[in-house]
Amino acid sequence: MSETIIKVEGIGKKYIISHQGPEKYSALRDVIARKTKKWIKRKEEKFSAKEEFWALKDISFEINQGEAVGIIGRNGAGKSTLLKVLSRITEPSNGRIEINGRVASLLEVGTGFHPELTGRENIFLNGAILGMSRVEIKNKFDEIINFAGVEKFLDTPVKRYSSGMYVRLAFAVAAHLEPEILVVDEVLAVGDAEFQKKCIGKMDEVSKSGRTVLFVSHNMGVIAELCQKCILLDKGEVKLHDKTNKVLDQYNVLLSNSFSVYENKSQLNNSLHIKSISIQSRSGNNIFSFNEKIILKAELNITSEYFEGIHLGIALLDKWKRKIFTTHKLLEGSEKGTYFLSIPEQLFLNGYYSFDAALFVPNSSVFEYLKDICPFEILDFSSEMAQYASADTGIIQVKCEWN
Amino acid sequence: MTFKTIIEPGRSEKNYWKDLWRYRELFYILSWRDIKVRYKQTTIGVMWAIIRPLLTMIVFTFVFGRLAKMPAGGNAPYAILVFAGLLPWQFFSNALTESSNSLIGNEKLITKVYFPRLIIPASSVITSFIDFLISFALFLVVCIFYQYTPPVQIFLMPLFWIMAFAASFGPGLYLTALNVKYRDFRYIIPFIVQFGLFISPVGFSSSIVPEKWQWLYALNPVAGVIDGFRWCLIREAPNPLFHYPFYISLTVIVFFIWLSIYQFRKMEKNFADLI
Repeated sequence: MSETIIKVEGIGKKYIISHQGPEKYSALRDVIARKTKKWIKRKEEKFSAKEEFWALKDISFEINQGEAVGIIGRNGAGKSTLLKVLSRITEPSNGRIEINGRVASLLEVGTGFHPELTGRENIFLNGAILGMSRVEIKNKFDEIINFAGVEKFLDTPVKRYSSGMYVRLAFAVAAHLEPEILVVDEVLAVGDAEFQKKCIGKMDEVSKSGRTVLFVSHNMGVIAELCQKCILLDKGEVKLHDKTNKVLDQYNVLLSNSFSVYENKSQLNNSLHIKSISIQSRSGNNIFSFNEKIILKAELNITSEYFEGIHLGIALLDKWKRKIFTTHKLLEGSEKGTYFLSIPEQLFLNGYYSFDAALFVPNSSVFEYLKDICPFEILDFSSEMAQYASADTGIIQVKCEWN
Repeated sequence: MTFKTIIEPGRSEKNYWKDLWRYRELFYILSWRDIKVRYKQTTIGVMWAIIRPLLTMIVFTFVFGRLAKMPAGGNAPYAILVFAGLLPWQFFSNALTESSNSLIGNEKLITKVYFPRLIIPASSVITSFIDFLISFALFLVVCIFYQYTPPVQIFLMPLFWIMAFAASFGPGLYLTALNVKYRDFRYIIPFIVQFGLFISPVGFSSSIVPEKWQWLYALNPVAGVIDGFRWCLIREAPNPLFHYPFYISLTVIVFFIWLSIYQFRKMEKNFADLI
C-alpha cells in the first residue's frame, strides 16, 4: 500500500507578467511595432516592464498509493497551478514529476458540457473528455444517471436543466471515473447540502478503494473529513506536509499572522459596496484575549438613494469555516456609512476565527458576499477551560449551573 | 502499474503519438459533437451546405463563363468545371477557418483537462469534411441535371480527398496555434481565404496559366488539389500526375504538414497559459 505513486522533485512554475497592457496574450501588431521600434533604435532596450513571477517554487513531495491528500493555502498560494502542472495542462518551468498511473483531473464541474446537446450525449462527451472509453461509459451509464437523478431529462438539452441538475449530472460522470489518481479542485463548493454529502461519500469510497486522491478546497471541514494528510502551500512553496490536523493548525497560524483588515481595492463604480472591514485588539494585532470585547468596524459605501431594506450581515466562523452565528443590521440611510459590531467578551474559547460579511435584502437579493475575511485568534488564559490547553473543549463557554 | 508519466520542462514526449492513439475516442467524440451541434443549431443546417456552393457556382459560371468568356477546355458545361473546382476550394476555406478558430473556441477544455491538443483542430476539419460530402452529393445532382457522365477516375476521388484534407489541415494547424499567441491573427484569415480564391483555379481552368509560370502557380497547394479534382470529375481535364506542377503542390502540402506539426508541438504546452 505504501508504494510511491506521485513523486515531485523541485517543481517550479514561472510566469512572465507584462506590465505593458492588461491583456495576457499579445497582438501581432504590437509585436511587429515593438520589433520595428527596436530595429530603428538599434540598441538593446531593457524590458523593465516585464517581471518574472514564480507561482510555484521548488515544490517537492511524495504521495503514496491510496492516500487522500488535501492541498490548502490562501488564495494565490499556487494550489491551482500545482494541480494544473500535475494534470499536465501546463508545463512546469523546472523540476521533475514522476507519476505511476493514469491521472484524471476534475478542475471544474462539467468541463466540455455543450448546452445544445442532451444529457445522454453530454455524458458520453464529458466522459471522453475526462478520459473514459466508450465501453466504460456504457457500462456505467445506469449508475451515472442514478447517481445524478436525472432519468427523466436524459433527452433534454442541458441548456434547459436547472443549475442543480446540471451540476449533479456533471459530478456523476466525474465520480465514476476509475483512474489510479484523481485530482479534484473545489468542485464540492456547488450543489445543495444533500448532494455535497453524496459527493464526499463518493470521494471517500474512491480513496478507500486504494486509489489516490488529491484534493484542493477551502472547506476545511471537508478536508478534515476526507484527507489523512495535507500539504500547506504558501507563496508557491510547501510550508508543511503532514497529518491533516497539524497542517490545519499551521494554516490557521498563517492566516492570523496576516493583518486583519479587509479592503475593497477594486474601484468599482458599484454604488453599494463594502469599503472595508477591520478588527483590532487592544494589543494592536489580531490576537484577542478571552476577556476582551471583539469590535468589528465596517465601512460601507452607500451612495445610491435606493437602500430600502438592505441589511449588513456578519457571520462568525470557526476554524473549520463553519458559521457559529450570524447577526445583521438594517441600514438606516445613506448618511451613515460606518457601523460597529461588538461581540461580547468571555464567550469564545481558544482558537482561530474569521468572518463572513454580506450586503443583502432578506429573502430577496444578495449584493455582496465576502467569505472568510479578517481572521483572528483568541488566546484564553483565564477561563475555566484554559487549564485544558490542548484538549478540545469546544468553541464557547456557557455559564451553566451545577446543583 | 502499466502507465507511467514523467513531467519535465521541455521534454519532448516519447509517447506523444501513443498518447494521440490513446485519445482517439476523444477525437471521434469531439468531431461528432461539432457535427451534431452544427446541424442542430441552425435550422437550415444542411441547407447551408447546399446553398453556398450552388450560389457560388451560379455566380462564377455567369462571371467567368458568360461575361469573361473563359475557355472551358472541352465539352463539359462551364458550371461543372466551376463546381469541380469549388468543391475542394470550399472544403479548404471552411476547414482553414474552422480549424484556425478551434483552439480559442475550446478554451475551457484546454485550461481544464489534458489531452493532445492536436485533436481539436483535427476534429474541426472533420466537420468541414461532412459539409464537403454534402456538396459532393450536390455535384452529382448537378451532373445528372446536365446529363454529364464523369470519367472512371471518379473512383480515385478519395485519394484527392485525402490530399485536400492534408492541404487544409497543415496551414489550419499552424494558424490556430498562432491565433492563440497573437489574437489579431484571426483578422488575417478571412483575407487569406479571399485572396486564395483568386489565385486558385476555381473559376477557370489552370491551363490558362502560361507554361513558364506554372511552377510558381503550383506553389499554391490548393491548385494541385483542384487539378486533381478536375481530372477525376471532368473527362477532358488533363491528368495532373503527368505534369510536374502537381508534385510541387504535393511537396508544399507535405512541407506544411511537417512544419505545422513541429511548430504546434512546440507551442502546445503553453496553450493553457496563453489562452
